[in-house]
Amino acid sequence: MILSDKITKIVHYFQHLQRSDKATAKLAKDRLQIIIAHERTQRDKPDYLALLQKELLEVVAKYVHINQEDVRVELERKENCSILELNVILPTISSSD
Amino acid sequence: MTKIIVITSGKGGVGKTTTSASFAVGLAKKGYKTAVIDFDIGLRNLDLIMGCERRVVYDFVNVIRKEANLNQALIRDKHIKDLFILPASQTRDKEALTIEGVGLILAELNKTFDYIVCDSPAGIERGAQLAMYFADSAIVVTNPEVSSVRDSDRMLGLLTSKTKRAEEGRDPIEEHLLLTRYSPKRVTRGEMLSLSDVNEILAIPLLGVIPESPAVLRASNSGEPVILAEESDAGQAYADAIGRFLGEEIPHRFIAEKNHWLKRLLRFKEKEAI
Repeated sequence: MILSDKITKIVHYFQHLQRSDKATAKLAKDRLQIIIAHERTQRDKPDYLALLQKELLEVVAKYVHINQEDVRVELERKENCSILELNVILPTISSSD
Repeated sequence: MTKIIVITSGKGGVGKTTTSASFAVGLAKKGYKTAVIDFDIGLRNLDLIMGCERRVVYDFVNVIRKEANLNQALIRDKHIKDLFILPASQTRDKEALTIEGVGLILAELNKTFDYIVCDSPAGIERGAQLAMYFADSAIVVTNPEVSSVRDSDRMLGLLTSKTKRAEEGRDPIEEHLLLTRYSPKRVTRGEMLSLSDVNEILAIPLLGVIPESPAVLRASNSGEPVILAEESDAGQAYADAIGRFLGEEIPHRFIAEKNHWLKRLLRFKEKEAI
């Protein structure tokens, strides 16, 4: 039906015009996917992890000069155990020390 | 075997109490002996939505503190047989709800009821934690809106870790998504997150979609759960959701936009031509 096709096209055209500036659903979905993916990785970490990281940093800093970002504490869950991984990047120590 | 259902969402105002009321009525109408409990201590409202606010004598906290027994506090629904309401207390004492107290009440209800519907308060404080703690099944009420979806995801995290089932290493809580205040028209225009968007993000089975509907406000105005408005779209959508919850196969309705008026007019003309 030619007339019906034409009218459908016209309807779509007007819907498209409406859509252009008010169509924010896509933006909402993209933002949600990013924040939720991030929060899910944080979700399973126990609450003490941040404190543990801070105290470990203080201990290491007593002996070596390091930056906050150079200590990384990760907790990895395996099937029947968890692995606590501590990564400290030490600055290169010159031979005169 | 009694089944404990928690109606939860994290965010406030998305339709938890509306859903709790309609679910309890729907289950009781199907012949199951059902109790619905308001866990929102200090902000009691289930009684208003169920239309029994003037019949509250004793409440949840009275029973926990042994100031009344459970049978005195349970309010029998006026219209539906086998439906009972346990109202929340209006106390401001945050410590009033205890895990032991809630456990004892649920254990007693377990003896005679088929379903116990727990209406969770908003937030993630004690009331919300206790509402979900003993649950076998969770209905996560979500609006197609960013803050609601994010909070629902947070609640899903708590459901898998902070419940009795999780602590005891039993089968996890059954999770169901109920999308409320849905407007297919605004979805078509690209203004609102679609059913498939929310489904994709939260990734739990869909129990139902309740359309945005004037019937919901009318229902709360009159204190009759919207499921009793059988001619309304929202009432029918709740009835469908309960059917699905009980294992019936019911296709989803109210998720597609009604045809544009021009198209409808045209279809009418086509019919006339034939």
